[in-house]
Amino acid sequence: MPSITIKLNGKAVSGEVEGRTLLVEFIRDHRGLTGTHVGCDTSQCGACVVHVNGKAVKSCTTLAAACDGAEVTTVEGLAKGTELHPMQAAFKEHHGLQCGFCTPGMIMAAIDIVKRNGKNVSEEVIRRELSGNICRCTGYHNIVKAVQAGAQNM
Amino acid sequence: MENFNYHRPATVAAAVAALKKSKDGKFLAGGHTLIPTMKQGLAAPKDVVDLTAIKGFSGIKVSKTAVTIKAGTTHQEVATSKEIKKAIPALAEMAGKIGGVHVRHRGTIGGSIANNDPAADYPSACMGLGATIETNKRKIEADKFFTGMFETALKKDEVITAVHFPIPKKASHQKFPNPASRYAMVGVFLSQNAKGQVRVGVTGAAPCVFRAKDIEAALAKEFSAKAAAGTKVAAKGLLSDMHASADYRAHLISVLAGRAVAAA
Repeated sequence: MPSITIKLNGKAVSGEVEGRTLLVEFIRDHRGLTGTHVGCDTSQCGACVVHVNGKAVKSCTTLAAACDGAEVTTVEGLAKGTELHPMQAAFKEHHGLQCGFCTPGMIMAAIDIVKRNGKNVSEEVIRRELSGNICRCTGYHNIVKAVQAGAQNM
Repeated sequence: MENFNYHRPATVAAAVAALKKSKDGKFLAGGHTLIPTMKQGLAAPKDVVDLTAIKGFSGIKVSKTAVTIKAGTTHQEVATSKEIKKAIPALAEMAGKIGGVHVRHRGTIGGSIANNDPAADYPSACMGLGATIETNKRKIEADKFFTGMFETALKKDEVITAVHFPIPKKASHQKFPNPASRYAMVGVFLSQNAKGQVRVGVTGAAPCVFRAKDIEAALAKEFSAKAAAGTKVAAKGLLSDMHASADYRAHLISVLAGRAVAAA
């Protein structure tokens, strides 16, 4: 069994995994961080998006063993104590969620979008780049508003 | 997903050796086809040889005449490469249309080409630009590389190391994406080189990527959007499914080829 060490939310964590262990299984089942969700498990919905070495990826379609030595950030790694990350605060403020299931992936995707496109990222780019994140209740309008507002405060 | 032995070699030679030793092994790059396939039980290799930790396995080099992309380069790296945007802008645009950004952060050119999905985008760029695929053993022309549905000329212990794209005079990629999967219902990659030779690579329309030779011939006589769009493509042998009939796909090829000429 591969033995891996990952810097998870800034802390080095080690563990034995099976070859087939997905990154999301390592995060949720081995480390108990259940903020990262599994919606579809078929690479479509984006609820499982985390950052690996600073890039948004689908953790349901990434092997944990392939992340040995990587830095991984999940939604739990964003807030500073009780102070929400600006993107989390913006989702709360702008009602960017209803049931909240897709929200961790949306927020991780949103931060990645802003990092690559800058604070003044356009609505068009946000909508296009959220194509890999599916929400079935908000209708996306408030998510886009939240991303724009969060971008300004990042 | 069935369990497997995971290998993470640091060199191409070690990767090939690990695969040779296995009775039933698979190379893994970004994993965005292989992992879903394994989850569905459609593949259950005993050994998975991860290529992503190989040193020097990714990178982009542009010369006066060609763009060379190493096999482990991600779609996002190609889509955002300033050098590729300058040399072959259509190639960067094409890479930017693969899946969503999270997928582009993992998926690689080598993985896409080795898998040869009938609706993948890179095979059309290889055919449309006349690329050469380099492996640990040899160099293979695109025309001889893609041999059938999910089939290529690669031998079992052969691994793609780089893809060389000659820089054309003009090129364009036009894609009609399936709105759910973003795979091409039909995708056309067209180029014209300095000698005036035209190549039209078509993906999504048939079991395997192919060149639309009738459109190429029409464009050799007259390089115009009208000539491309006005060339009827035979529907025989094209894919027919719940998304589009063979006739519809045949029509799309001409339409997209016309748009490609206009945009090139």
